[in-house]
Amino acid sequence: MANARGKSFIGRFGVHIAVLVFVAVWTIPTLGILISSLRDKDQLIVSGWWTALSTSSQTEAGRLPGASAQVEKGGKFVIEGNIFGDGPARNISAFGTKAAAPTQHQAGEVADLGEGVSLLLNADGSFVMQSPKAFEGDRGQRVYYASSAPPRFTTDNYRTVLFSEGIGRSFINSLTVTIPATIIPILIAAYAAYALAWMRFPGRALLIAVIIGLLVVPLQMSLIPLLKLYNGVGLFFGVPAKTYLGIWLAHTGFGLPFAIYLLRSYIAGLPREIMESARIDGASDFEIFVKIVLPLSFPVLASFAIFQFLWVWNDLLVAMVFLGSGSDQLVLTGKLNALLGSRGGDWEILTTSAFVTIIVPLIVFFSLQRYFVRGLLAGSVKGG
Amino acid sequence: MTAQILSAIFTIIVGVGGCVVYYWGANKILDAVFPSRGVSGAAAVDNLRRQGLIRPWLFVGPAMLIVTVYLVYPVIETLRLSVMDRTGQNFVGLANYSWAFGDREFRNSILNNLLWLAVVPAACTFFGLIIAVLTDKIWWGNIAKSLVFLPLAISFVGASVIWKFVYEYRAEGQTQIGILNAAVQYLGGNPQVWISTPFWNNFFLMVILIWIQTGFAMVILSSALRGIPEETIEAAVIDGANPFQIFWKIMVPQIWGTIAVVWTTITILVLKVFDIVLTMTNGQWNSQVLANLMFDWMFRGGGDFGRGAAIAVIIMLAVVPIMIWNIRQANREGGGGH
Repeated sequence: MANARGKSFIGRFGVHIAVLVFVAVWTIPTLGILISSLRDKDQLIVSGWWTALSTSSQTEAGRLPGASAQVEKGGKFVIEGNIFGDGPARNISAFGTKAAAPTQHQAGEVADLGEGVSLLLNADGSFVMQSPKAFEGDRGQRVYYASSAPPRFTTDNYRTVLFSEGIGRSFINSLTVTIPATIIPILIAAYAAYALAWMRFPGRALLIAVIIGLLVVPLQMSLIPLLKLYNGVGLFFGVPAKTYLGIWLAHTGFGLPFAIYLLRSYIAGLPREIMESARIDGASDFEIFVKIVLPLSFPVLASFAIFQFLWVWNDLLVAMVFLGSGSDQLVLTGKLNALLGSRGGDWEILTTSAFVTIIVPLIVFFSLQRYFVRGLLAGSVKGG
Repeated sequence: MTAQILSAIFTIIVGVGGCVVYYWGANKILDAVFPSRGVSGAAAVDNLRRQGLIRPWLFVGPAMLIVTVYLVYPVIETLRLSVMDRTGQNFVGLANYSWAFGDREFRNSILNNLLWLAVVPAACTFFGLIIAVLTDKIWWGNIAKSLVFLPLAISFVGASVIWKFVYEYRAEGQTQIGILNAAVQYLGGNPQVWISTPFWNNFFLMVILIWIQTGFAMVILSSALRGIPEETIEAAVIDGANPFQIFWKIMVPQIWGTIAVVWTTITILVLKVFDIVLTMTNGQWNSQVLANLMFDWMFRGGGDFGRGAAIAVIIMLAVVPIMIWNIRQANREGGGGH
């Protein structure tokens, strides 16, 4: 097909540009949160992430210390210090004392505030305010200044979300949900798939049709009855209705039709001769399954495992219905959703948390992309 | 936390071990009850036949049990609950359905769902096809594909945060930290509150799903395009067809079946879209959809199971034609026999 299009230089150039545009649109949003999660939180809120590498400038307001900080020097009352206090150092270019003219004076200039009061503010933030009379009141002078800060990158955001925002705990919860919910259905589906592919028994065709029908049943159909069932079981046995065991089984149930469908079409395609020669050698179905079918099916088992892992890890709905919202059960997606409500504007928390939740799927995805694509092709070309 | 990790590991071992013990043990018992080795010829044949009758059910049994409890029973029960009152105790006939069609929020959700159905599958398939065709022609096509494919691994909630940051709004004159408003301001426009502008916000939510699902469409269509016989395209080139004619008249008709599959798969997904709406707007500003409305009624005011079930049934009804088509397709391909 390479000869069909893009023969001319311009045509070929156009293709490169078009693909570049698509790739840019598809990666820039993710890049945005990755870069933002590594930025200093003060810079994050005042400048776009695409300017992360340039020096950011902003107009800030600060208050000088009150009268209690003054000392008498040579007949004048003086307040000295640094306007940044313990905060990160910035570079001040101009300052002022009125909101209407925040950059009235150059840094290093002495500003006359009237009644003999003068204020000197240097570029590094140190200031000297002098007055012939004693200062009064605890509220110090309001100062506005334009400052510029070099780009700052930090891993502080990650430290914050992992250890004090509860994301670390949710990470463990997500793993607790995902790993069993991935392994259990594989085994159950593999046996069923083998029986549906290679064993003869009445009702087999009907079972296959039911499985294919269930492939597209919306999850929504299951939620209310299962919620009632779980509550009933919990009440009857006096155990909590929302447990990890409950969600493992729920994910197993929801994942089984696809697992059986995917595994059956693969196992049915294994060469008949291998099965038959094993049977002639006296192997039972169980032995054939364990010694021949399982090892040969490794690629499709891997495909399904990746699917199920991603689906369970990324799921929000099932977790919201079948798990509690306490810190011991809240999974990453649920936690992120809760943070969107409670920390709506704190982008350093949100971007960092989002990146923590997507990093595991991205690693799985990139390292096992081959199996993932294979499963996608096998799973969708016929079914849904 | 340590206790939790230990209990998770313990359950994995018990669960997986339990499965292994069941399959292995059930087989052993079957072999012991109907021995086929070490008995007379006639008895062995007899027992083998009996084994052959029972063994398939040992293999499919657990799967059938779980699927029945988690999918078959709930479907029937949801149908029943949809004609019951909020507690599921008293029969109310079609009251839940007539309530639904009279409810403003429900009608809004139906309209929005139709809008999603009209836009998202089409957009995903279209972009997926274009990217698949274009990336086939360049040396870094596989890298480009991986990058477009990547959002498929991201959860809907994660994607919502990513896009909420893209749509972030600051009042006019302030430094925009959302890239979309920054671009608009750079081009001389006024920043907009994208996700709370009724009607148009639907499209900004759809963008998220399109962004996620285009990679799926691209991969499937790309493999279908590779299956097109080279000769058909060469013949068209010799006949003097231009690239667009080749694309529309030679390539697209040959992958029509695959396009239909991609389209229906994304359609089913769109009917169930929930997370994106919940996290972005929670149905505010006229952006409600059925799946989120259903979830809402499950818990709203202590939960109204009747109304929730009725909404679930309506989502299900939309899927039924696809389901029947799938089963017939599978039967025609001999999915039943071997």
